[in-house]
Amino acid sequence: MREALEGSQAIARAVTLCKPDVVAAYPITPQTHIVENLSELVAEGDLHTEFVSVESEFSAASVVLGAAAAGARAYTASASQGVLLMAEVLFNIAGLRIPLVMTVANRAVSGPLSIWNDHADSMAVRDSGWIQLHCVSNQEAVDTTIQAFRIAQETDLPVMVCMDGFILTHVMEPIDLPEQSEVDAWLPPFVFDRALDPSDPKSLGMMVTPDYFPEIRHAHHAAMEKALPVIEATDRDWEASFGRACGGLLTVEGDAGARVGILAMGSTVGTLRAGMAEPGAAPARLITLRAFRPFPAKALRDAARGLDHLIVIDRAISPGAGGVVGLEVAAALAGHPDMPRLHNHALGLGGRDIPETIYADLIAAIEDTDAPGFSVFDADLSKLAPEDR
Amino acid sequence: MSDPTPSGSSMPDNPRLAELRRKHGRPPQAPGAEPPQITPRDSQPRFRGLESGHRACQGCGEALAARLVMESAGPDVMVSNATGCLEVFTTTWPQSAWRVPWIHSLFENASAVASGMEAAMKAKGKNTKVLAFGGDGSTYDIGFQTLSGMLERQHNVLYVCYDNEAYMNTGVQRSSSTPHAAATTTSPAGKERMGKRHLKKDLLSIIAAHHIPYAAAASVAYPQDLQRKVRYAMGIEGPTFLVIHSPCPLGWKHDSCLTIEVARRAVECGLFPLVELERGAVTNVMPIRKPRPVRDYLELQGRFRHLFAEDPRAEEEQAHLQALADHNIATFGLTGDAEDPADTGGAALVHRGGPLASGGF
Repeated sequence: MREALEGSQAIARAVTLCKPDVVAAYPITPQTHIVENLSELVAEGDLHTEFVSVESEFSAASVVLGAAAAGARAYTASASQGVLLMAEVLFNIAGLRIPLVMTVANRAVSGPLSIWNDHADSMAVRDSGWIQLHCVSNQEAVDTTIQAFRIAQETDLPVMVCMDGFILTHVMEPIDLPEQSEVDAWLPPFVFDRALDPSDPKSLGMMVTPDYFPEIRHAHHAAMEKALPVIEATDRDWEASFGRACGGLLTVEGDAGARVGILAMGSTVGTLRAGMAEPGAAPARLITLRAFRPFPAKALRDAARGLDHLIVIDRAISPGAGGVVGLEVAAALAGHPDMPRLHNHALGLGGRDIPETIYADLIAAIEDTDAPGFSVFDADLSKLAPEDR
Repeated sequence: MSDPTPSGSSMPDNPRLAELRRKHGRPPQAPGAEPPQITPRDSQPRFRGLESGHRACQGCGEALAARLVMESAGPDVMVSNATGCLEVFTTTWPQSAWRVPWIHSLFENASAVASGMEAAMKAKGKNTKVLAFGGDGSTYDIGFQTLSGMLERQHNVLYVCYDNEAYMNTGVQRSSSTPHAAATTTSPAGKERMGKRHLKKDLLSIIAAHHIPYAAAASVAYPQDLQRKVRYAMGIEGPTFLVIHSPCPLGWKHDSCLTIEVARRAVECGLFPLVELERGAVTNVMPIRKPRPVRDYLELQGRFRHLFAEDPRAEEEQAHLQALADHNIATFGLTGDAEDPADTGGAALVHRGGPLASGGF
């Protein structure tokens, strides 16, 4: 049944449908509405869970780690500084291969302080070993959240569901929430076969000497690679049950014969779609990257084949190197024949509005042969002192 | 306050615990073999939650304390262990000395991980008690916030701090639990300095300010007292806290055969008072009939060697430490009229005294 829901409210309802045993969270803009809605569902008796209101994001991540290790389905949500405060625990959760789900309401990272959207937070922990899935719309965020619980327990890997702060979390959309019975049938009960249990004592998180450490890292990497088909299959299975998909690892739309491609993640894709639909807009192949970790290099090469130019949109930069997604795409395409020339642009950092006209501007910029390989595309350099340009 | 029934003797009523006991107990005798000699010790409930064969140093106070805690806590527990010596010397993949479910996550989050484990037990309707273990570094310093959060939220967790008064695992660096004037690798004694310049943090008072059901100090020199405190805490539904004074021969620079003697002198001089607090109020203290001079405690340890130099500052620091001990003795009313509980075996049976604990048993 379709309901008009705010993104955060929809996420809280989706989490409720997954019946988590333990929820731990600490408030941070723009994730707060998720926590508030979950608290309200608990207070009203609609969500039966141990809701742990912790004293920091560091503890939120630690609580869900402990809960999942003890065999409970666990969920948390955070953003920005919260994700960074969690960073040590996030690496630990993934390294211990503990399956749980976290929503990241993507927000810029301080300083300077910004409460608005970009992807600097989840990108800062991209090497933590979590699965990271990006959502274009609130419907995708709802569906991906439920899928994430299944992916996590099938792969023994934690899953981060990334949705753009404010742009998605605070926006009302008509949302089709599945029925409880449908989710119960689709999502198996939580099972963690290494769970802490006095009748079968196991030691988790032991110290590991160089004799075994590289093997453990290899196994983690291999598990992430093996998660690629699981993410795809889960989305296919979701589509079979609910009639809509979330974009598997990545999706390709627009003009298949176009020589120009644009690649983006998250809500930016919606803006680009609107720009592409304008009368007289230049044709382009639009690639929506959903899985950032594990990175679908092969699927990306297939999607980029035949293009002369590929514009890669970034919502986070690695100062001194360039756009994070741009660097990853360059690495994935490097050394393969028939790969397009890359144009990497950061857009909308710290919540700078991305207008529909950006589509035409990005395509026009291809003609500028003197342009650097990477730019903060929407930065107005006249606002800076000459020495800072 | 009464001593609750030890968790051991009444355990077989619970079928799951009976099964655990079968699984972890002594192997069955071969047919026709001589029946084993039953000693009084065999009839005691002893559960080896922490096995021997681990890699602790000779004379490690923490290893002894952890074994005693596990014996009293019993098999129906799960442990969240902070990074530190205890974590390192009991594990190292693929071997583990733990016979209970055990998890190590990070240095500063043992309390938060334990909170999550407890929440999971609650959600699943299980009664398994969650224990959280940390050294003084992870308890007094880096994990202090997560500990306070766990206590404030009233999680049903027994937190045990194995206090060896410095960061021993990284090579004896000063913590906020290091006593005043002790030399560590980051508070060395030299021409300009007499060891650590700051006081040992009064953690128990801070814990008590959370008004949790039970908080206590124990010492490896008084094992029966220690185990009684563990059993008492295990019987409480809610957050409980135990700090155990655990000498480290390597860091304190004393002979490894002197661990118990050093620990006992710390109690006897008043520097480490064994007190119990319920809901923030002192309910019991281990009495010291004839307090020893602090000097007797200091002289066994290399970390205080500089306090025995021909130097007026050394005398001043010794006097300072003596004043701290005197303050503890006065504050907790540690002196009394009866015999001193020098016999560790009888310590748990000693009548508790002190003006603040007149209602004790």
